[in-house]
Amino acid sequence: MSDQSPGSRLTPYFAPNLQQRHRTSAFWRVLFKLSTLVGMVMLALLLYTVVNDSFGLVAINNKVDPGTLAVNGVPIEELDQETLLTIIQNNVSKGKFRQLEREGLLAERTWDEVYQVVIDDVVQPEDVVGTWTLVESLTRRSAIIAEVKQEHPQASVQFKAWLNLNFIASPQSSDALIAGVRTAMLGSLLTIAITILVALPLGIGAAIYLEEYAAENRLNRLIQTNINNLAGVPSIIYGMLGLAIFVRALESLTSGAIFGFTDPTTANGRTILSAGLTLALLVLPVLIINAQEAIRAVSNSLREASYGLGATRWQTIWHHVLPNAIPGILTGAILSVSRAIGETAPLVVIGAATYITFDPSGPFSKFTTLPIQIYQWTSRAQGEYHNIAAAAILVLLAMLLSLNAAAILLRNRYSRK
Amino acid sequence: MAIRTMTRKNEAISLGRRRRPREALIQGFLFFCGALSILTTLGIVYELGKEALLFFRDPAVSLIEFLTGTKWQPQAGEFGILPLLNSTIITSLIAMSIALPLGLAVAIYLSEYATLRARSILKPVLEVLAGIPTVVYGYFALTFMTPLLRSILGKDVVDIYNMASGGLVMGVLILPLITSMSEDALSAVPRALREAAYGLGATKLETAIKVVVPAAISGLAAAFVVGISRAIGETMIVAIAVGAGPNFTFNPFMGAETMTGHIVRISGGDLSYDSIDYNSLFAIGLFLFVITLGLNIISQRIVRRFRETYE
Repeated sequence: MSDQSPGSRLTPYFAPNLQQRHRTSAFWRVLFKLSTLVGMVMLALLLYTVVNDSFGLVAINNKVDPGTLAVNGVPIEELDQETLLTIIQNNVSKGKFRQLEREGLLAERTWDEVYQVVIDDVVQPEDVVGTWTLVESLTRRSAIIAEVKQEHPQASVQFKAWLNLNFIASPQSSDALIAGVRTAMLGSLLTIAITILVALPLGIGAAIYLEEYAAENRLNRLIQTNINNLAGVPSIIYGMLGLAIFVRALESLTSGAIFGFTDPTTANGRTILSAGLTLALLVLPVLIINAQEAIRAVSNSLREASYGLGATRWQTIWHHVLPNAIPGILTGAILSVSRAIGETAPLVVIGAATYITFDPSGPFSKFTTLPIQIYQWTSRAQGEYHNIAAAAILVLLAMLLSLNAAAILLRNRYSRK
Repeated sequence: MAIRTMTRKNEAISLGRRRRPREALIQGFLFFCGALSILTTLGIVYELGKEALLFFRDPAVSLIEFLTGTKWQPQAGEFGILPLLNSTIITSLIAMSIALPLGLAVAIYLSEYATLRARSILKPVLEVLAGIPTVVYGYFALTFMTPLLRSILGKDVVDIYNMASGGLVMGVLILPLITSMSEDALSAVPRALREAAYGLGATKLETAIKVVVPAAISGLAAAFVVGISRAIGETMIVAIAVGAGPNFTFNPFMGAETMTGHIVRISGGDLSYDSIDYNSLFAIGLFLFVITLGLNIISQRIVRRFRETYE
């Protein structure tokens, strides 16, 4: 816009600061735009930090330097299976060798398994003396190697992807080098399964009641306000509720004692069942609100047509309202469940300091979950625990991402109809 | 089938309400689902209240000392909530000073300026930010934000555990919440108001700031209050990055445990039931619950009371 427009000639007092006003407008426009970048930059930085910490060089003190095991100058990574077997035979005690054979004949194992035996029982990595991030490892690799040579002559430097198949498949351990997230992942999945089983029917039921049955009266208004308020209660409060009710008051139920399930380790009620029920209470308000919206979106003419044909209220809901609302309900449910998977604080309160290395066997086992594991590893001072925490975060994010992708697919699939 | 039998027997069709036990049963169950939320609230109030009462009954504790004491040292029998509350307030203020202006700016951009294309990129980014678990933000605060602050301001100034990095990252966490609530409020302002402003010669900025924002002020205020409530209740970021011991300080670069951080640390350790430590956690929990509930109720009041209605 220029000031030479006819309008500015007609209203001379309007023109002088017009340019200034447009300049201010443009300035703020840029500012608004820039502030949207902050969100993106932060997301990028967050992902960068996590990936950067999940891979990188690591210096490990070994009991036996793998370099000395090389045969005729060929490093052990490149030796064939026969030679590796000889190395094992020469370097482990007879008793240990017999034990290994009992676990599975060495000659029948795959190369990878035999190599793992060499690393675990011959090289015997002892402790991590230093870890470096991915970027450091790529940019100043030689400097790092020189530094380690000088300070820890015994140590060997190698590139380690902290997130690897072994990490996903191994149970928890106090040793960062062999710790994995299988225990925690199974714990998370079992907990969430209980949460879904409990929260989904209750949440949909409450939403149906509020949308289809509830008359406009004080009690129902109270229920609605109450649900809105519960959605804003901090998650840690739910943890304390769960601790007081599910862990302590209902101990005989949550430890499985009344079902004749007597496992002394879970007799205190700090079980997967308690955790799942607590998370169910936590996600219920959000789930109900989402489901209500989905039910409200169903066109009223459908209900009226059904009533007109003589259907009862429940027949109308079951055959007409729910089938139309279910994609929306499920999308909302998946989103609130994915919130539950990442919940940490209430589960720390419920599960307390759990260190378990065995897989949870059912609703009455002690548990640990991925977020708890991440929290515990992050709280450790040593660098290598931060590396495995980062790797565990990647696993958790992958789980969440696949859930959210499922929600989006569901939404797209049904909204196309 | 029912109709056939009726006509055959030539009975008059009853138009009165028929008893349907199945329907009544289902309705009963659905009502129970709805009423469960009331039970949850009652459960929270009862359990927190019960343990808190046990705590305040203890001779070593007095309510006055609890509310005004500047030391929280359970071993020494000192239970003053101020250090924990102070840290909670400072981290929340830092978070809000990031999240409020940025969230408002992003919301204004999304509702007034953004093209469809820009929205289709930005909205998912914000949704992803909102969906990342808080423990991951905690990790981010400790391994990215803290080293960053330390390298900028110096290692003597900034502690490893400090309120500033926790607060800043918490701001990023709350940003999507503020943005989406504010954007909803801004988009609800009728188009006619904007057209009228443009018609009078207002620039885009003037329309947004002088017309749209005031019209949506109730929703924006509610977003602000909900944001504060969320910041106060936020746990994992502060548990990981802000510090592991109560500390009464106003220096944001020092570590000081918040209320939530304290609850998580103590209950994550070995804690015996019915000890004063255990009960004290519930007293803190009750305090936290009352504050956040109060804030949530205020935000709902704001929306109801100050909403501008059009048409």
